[in-house]
Amino acid sequence: MTNSWTDIKNTDLVVIMGGNAAEAHPCGFKWVTEAKANRGAKLIVVDPRFTRSASVADYYAPIRQGTDIAFLLGVINYCMANDKVQWDYVKAFTNAPYIVKEGFTYKDGLFTGYDEARRDYNRSTWDYELGDDGYVKSDLNHPRSVWSLLKQHVSVYTPEMVERICGTPKDKFLKVAQMISECSTPTKTMTSMYALGWTQHSKGSQNIRAMAMLQLILGNIGVRGGGMNALRGHSNIQGLTDLGLMSNLIPGYLTIPTEKETTFDQYMSTRGFKPLLPNQMSYWQNYKKFFVSFLKSIWGDAATAENGFAYDYLPKLDVPSYDVLRIFELMHEGKVNGYFCQGFNPLLSFPNRKKLTAALSKLKFLVIMDPLQTETARFWQNHGEYNDVNSASIQTEVIELPSTCFAEDEGSLTNSGRWLQWHWAGGTPPGEAKHDTWIMAQIFLRLKALYEKEGGAFAEPLVKLDWRYKDPGEPTPEELAKEMNGSAIADVPDPNDPTKLVLQKGKQLVSFAALRDDGTTACGCWIYSGCFNEAGNNMARRSTADPDGTGAYLNWSWSWPVNRRILYNRASADINGKPWDDSRKLLWWDGAKWTGYDVPDIAPTAKPGEVGPFIMNPEGSARLFTRGMMRDGPFPAHYEPFEAPIANVLAPKVRGNPVARVFKGDMEQFGDAKEFPYAATSYRLTEHFHFWTKHSQLNASMQPEFFVEISEQLAKEKNITNGGWVRVWSKRGSVKAKAVVTKRIQPLICDGKAVHVVGIPLHWGFMGETKKGFGPNSLTPYVGDANIETPEYKAFLVDIEPIASGPVA
Amino acid sequence: MANFEFVLPPAPTKDIKVGLGDGDLVKRSASTVSPPAKALTPVAKLIDVSKCIGCKACEVACLEWNDKRTPVGVNVGSYDFPPDLTPDMFTVMKFTEWVNPETKNLEWLIRKDGCMHCEDPGCLKACPAPGAIVQYSNGIVDFDHDKCIGCGYCVKGCPFNIPRISEVDHKAYKCTLCSDRVAVGQGPACAHACPTHAIVFGTKDEMKKHADDRIKDLKSRGFANAGLYDPPGVGGTHVMYVLHHADQPQIYANLPKDPRISPIVELWKGMTKYAGLAAMGAFAVIGLVHHVVTGANRVSPEDEANAEKLTGDRR
Amino acid sequence: MTTYDVESGDQVHPGQPVTVDRYTAGARLNHWITAISLVLLALSGLALFTPSLYFLTGLFGGGQWTRTIHPWIGVVLFVSFFGLFVRFWRANLWKAEDGTWMARLRDVIGGHEENLPEVGKYNAGQKVVFWAMSILILVLIVSGFAIWDQYFAQYTTIDQKRWAVLIHAMAAVTIICVWIVHVYAAIWVRGTIGAMTKGQVTGGWAWRHHRKWLRELVSKK
Repeated sequence: MTNSWTDIKNTDLVVIMGGNAAEAHPCGFKWVTEAKANRGAKLIVVDPRFTRSASVADYYAPIRQGTDIAFLLGVINYCMANDKVQWDYVKAFTNAPYIVKEGFTYKDGLFTGYDEARRDYNRSTWDYELGDDGYVKSDLNHPRSVWSLLKQHVSVYTPEMVERICGTPKDKFLKVAQMISECSTPTKTMTSMYALGWTQHSKGSQNIRAMAMLQLILGNIGVRGGGMNALRGHSNIQGLTDLGLMSNLIPGYLTIPTEKETTFDQYMSTRGFKPLLPNQMSYWQNYKKFFVSFLKSIWGDAATAENGFAYDYLPKLDVPSYDVLRIFELMHEGKVNGYFCQGFNPLLSFPNRKKLTAALSKLKFLVIMDPLQTETARFWQNHGEYNDVNSASIQTEVIELPSTCFAEDEGSLTNSGRWLQWHWAGGTPPGEAKHDTWIMAQIFLRLKALYEKEGGAFAEPLVKLDWRYKDPGEPTPEELAKEMNGSAIADVPDPNDPTKLVLQKGKQLVSFAALRDDGTTACGCWIYSGCFNEAGNNMARRSTADPDGTGAYLNWSWSWPVNRRILYNRASADINGKPWDDSRKLLWWDGAKWTGYDVPDIAPTAKPGEVGPFIMNPEGSARLFTRGMMRDGPFPAHYEPFEAPIANVLAPKVRGNPVARVFKGDMEQFGDAKEFPYAATSYRLTEHFHFWTKHSQLNASMQPEFFVEISEQLAKEKNITNGGWVRVWSKRGSVKAKAVVTKRIQPLICDGKAVHVVGIPLHWGFMGETKKGFGPNSLTPYVGDANIETPEYKAFLVDIEPIASGPVA
Repeated sequence: MANFEFVLPPAPTKDIKVGLGDGDLVKRSASTVSPPAKALTPVAKLIDVSKCIGCKACEVACLEWNDKRTPVGVNVGSYDFPPDLTPDMFTVMKFTEWVNPETKNLEWLIRKDGCMHCEDPGCLKACPAPGAIVQYSNGIVDFDHDKCIGCGYCVKGCPFNIPRISEVDHKAYKCTLCSDRVAVGQGPACAHACPTHAIVFGTKDEMKKHADDRIKDLKSRGFANAGLYDPPGVGGTHVMYVLHHADQPQIYANLPKDPRISPIVELWKGMTKYAGLAAMGAFAVIGLVHHVVTGANRVSPEDEANAEKLTGDRR
Repeated sequence: MTTYDVESGDQVHPGQPVTVDRYTAGARLNHWITAISLVLLALSGLALFTPSLYFLTGLFGGGQWTRTIHPWIGVVLFVSFFGLFVRFWRANLWKAEDGTWMARLRDVIGGHEENLPEVGKYNAGQKVVFWAMSILILVLIVSGFAIWDQYFAQYTTIDQKRWAVLIHAMAAVTIICVWIVHVYAAIWVRGTIGAMTKGQVTGGWAWRHHRKWLRELVSKK
């Protein structure tokens, strides 16, 4: 989230698209009801199904899954055509006026530089034209300005085209576009609430970009009640990404070196982030401080200036990333011996279950660290049709290490709004269960002892790991949090007054502003610096004080970065530092410095007009045109899902996202509309939390049995009765489910053809308290987003038929 | 946090009572009570259907607080689980897919079903067991399971089809409005758990005021017939609904439009009871009087002689 | 003269006084099971009928037990009464003299039996009681099943149950009134109770109250 849950109460318009907040985030959804009740805010829901969110919406519009970009670019087109643009914002704070390099084009669904064989672009033309001074050239009316290119790019997405692609009736689309466009005034804001309904597509990142662009055009980024608000599906999934559990990241969104970056200097040479405008603050210029401090926190004294701060110890990537899809692909190819599965249930969480089972069966060993008996831990066990495997043929050794759940742990959870909220254990672990930290420490200590005794290839990264905990066998959550915050390794004297110290050895750092690139500071995760400083554990703060009711709650827990609650908050004031909306002030220039209700997202004394608000970009502006940062285009473009009921009407030859990675053999496993005529999607239900709560009797009783949802029209066509059994199958698998026939799903007319939607909730498996069932992942295709490899779960093709009775267990 | 912090009566500053006592009763089944010395402020739970997202947190909170469980059932083609109230399930969400004939738009109406805590409770009226059903002066209608005999009369008395008889202990169960929590100044568990504040609890006056604000908001959103459901036929209720379509409550899973205690029940518990007792008494008295007036009807010696003669003749 | 006025086991024993067998041991046992059931039903039913009589639940071990056994006693009563019905229905068929008898109810109440027609084994009043009992017990068992929630709750709607409980209550009140008449008549008309205890009445009793029946018995002999 750029903003926070509590800030949603400040909005005038909530758009839930690519998510179902009331269903999947009922507690956070309360802030929507607050906005509605107290501000008269309106709620729009755009979804293939009439969801629980839609049940309390002011306006609902249907959309075919996987066509969000066409819809959103249609809204952008509407705003541009009807002059519903917050011009002062767009001109001052976005890259709309910048001139793009000559040669950049978009034609037949492809941008310049496409290489079909590599399924990748040469992105060299996707950039600004720089002047001789090295700064970007700017002219809004230039035919190659970002604005002009965007206008041209979205012009094809007329209301008629939106209806043709998305199946959203034109009047409904126009109503939504009109409601959204009203937020282009400085005194009206809109918030975007989205979740996996946007990410789980082969162009998931671009779905989100399209809305972010719309929000920029409306001037809704950095302001109260605005923003791009990703609703995180787990209590700590934000923390997961922050701490670098993505396979290509290290904590704080620093990147893992590639194998071509063989030295520290070489690695740093491409991470200069030189400002593209005079005087502009380009915050990533501090990259080296973050990176060095990270290396110091990992290897301590073994990381010295002489050895490039132990840069060699860091693993190097030979491929763009070792994401889960790739790992399972490698496993499937028999190239993985052991798999350590911690707090994860991939047998139900990743696509094409048949392939997953085959892959797991090829492992030598599988370690499961989980508080629950997961399906993955029992992938080898025959459960009739629910897990039809031949146990005798599976030689994988499975080791289960029972761990603890959140209520038995102390520590912090990072919520969607980037708040690190400390919590305390509510109970002691049952049976032989141990905290994850204990398990990890014990494994480490044993491995280290083995290496020390027996040696081995490249043992240093492991044996030299800085492991100074009071009890090396079980680091405490506080110790780990302090390490994330960072501390001074040596005394650093003040250059102006040598009698004073800037940093005192052993003290916690106040924030990442204190980080240094000379090895005198250590910090596990730079964006978390400040969470546990000398003032104490800021994450444990619980003050509900909220001056003027802004919803910032600055003394409740702690938010990264530096307790800032709304990112880019400098943009809440105009170019001169005056708030856009006096009734919703956030930050303002008082003549000498920035002041207000939040921690300024800019140097406190950076004069308005001199420094752009988006300091993480070297141009200081938000990007409507994203340069070469994304693999699949500097602008979003409509692509159909890999399995789509109709062809891409804009570029019939392009299947799916042209640069999404498809492994060998998986393309053949995509079905087409002739064989599989129905457009399926998957989703969560409010009664359950993923695959965990089926182990809880209470949750199980609230939503006991696997089902699929279909329209009354499809039910009639296929002779399916409500509550009866059906079989649903794709090219990759088949499931049996109860049918819920509902008015909440209606056929959509796309490109002249009726498209029937089949809704398939997840949650069910063959372990736990619920009735045994299946997950949608038995059916879904093995392909992910072109940028971050999130599997395409939301749009695929199936067929359906009624059957006489359920599966045999 | 905004406007949901209502004053909860009675405030448990000191002398916390662990439960509402006999001194707080205004009605007691099959008995008469003298009015309490000091009446409590009437309370109410307000369920704003327009804010409800059907998450069932209230159901789970209810099960947990009352330490009940409901079995894992099967899907019968809807989101309603369990499909109806049970002796263990004091509240359930009822989902209705309703196409508004005026707008042609689908509306998914989600109503939390449960005891309405009528001011004039039909269950209490029907109950034959003294003290098995009571009403406190704050309006809460509660069942005393030590006194319940499981006859099911409350089921017949209730205009909302709420009480359920347990097949295990043969006693009637329903929502208590968390009388045990309210007694110590807390709101009902369901209201506590509701993430969107669709369920709020406070004094009945406050709830009505809050409902007015909600209705105003709904009317501004085009629900011209938005209104409060506080049916006068049962003297008003201590569980009220804000409905977007208050003119047709029956679309919300058959919420009765004008609920009142069934005239059949009124007849049974009224006229029939008194007239019946009078009739039985009258018959007994008439018999007695008749006996006094006419004396016994005895067989005379002549009768015996006649009989002997009759049989003798034949001999 | 038709013979259905005479029931099996009815017999005259000449002597001083003449004795007449009116009810067999089986009929008496059957009657008393029915009678006890009816009394228990009345007591348990009245306990649930009105709060002022709720204390009667104490006789049955409390409210729960009262609620539990009342319907079972009802079943016993029904079966038992069915036995009586089979035994007695023929003799209770309406005859010409019954109309006359009813028309002279004033004489009946006044005890002026000399003004009444000769009647068979049962007079019109007894027949009314018999048929009232028969019909009311049928009504009670049917309405009783409708409100026997422990086993049959799912077979009726709540509104049907409401009607059932009302009808059950009204029928119960009526049958209690009929029962009062029945018992009072047995007490008032001296010599009657012996018929259901010893099984015999005196010839004089039969002569006075059921002369036609006596004549029939004598002639049959």
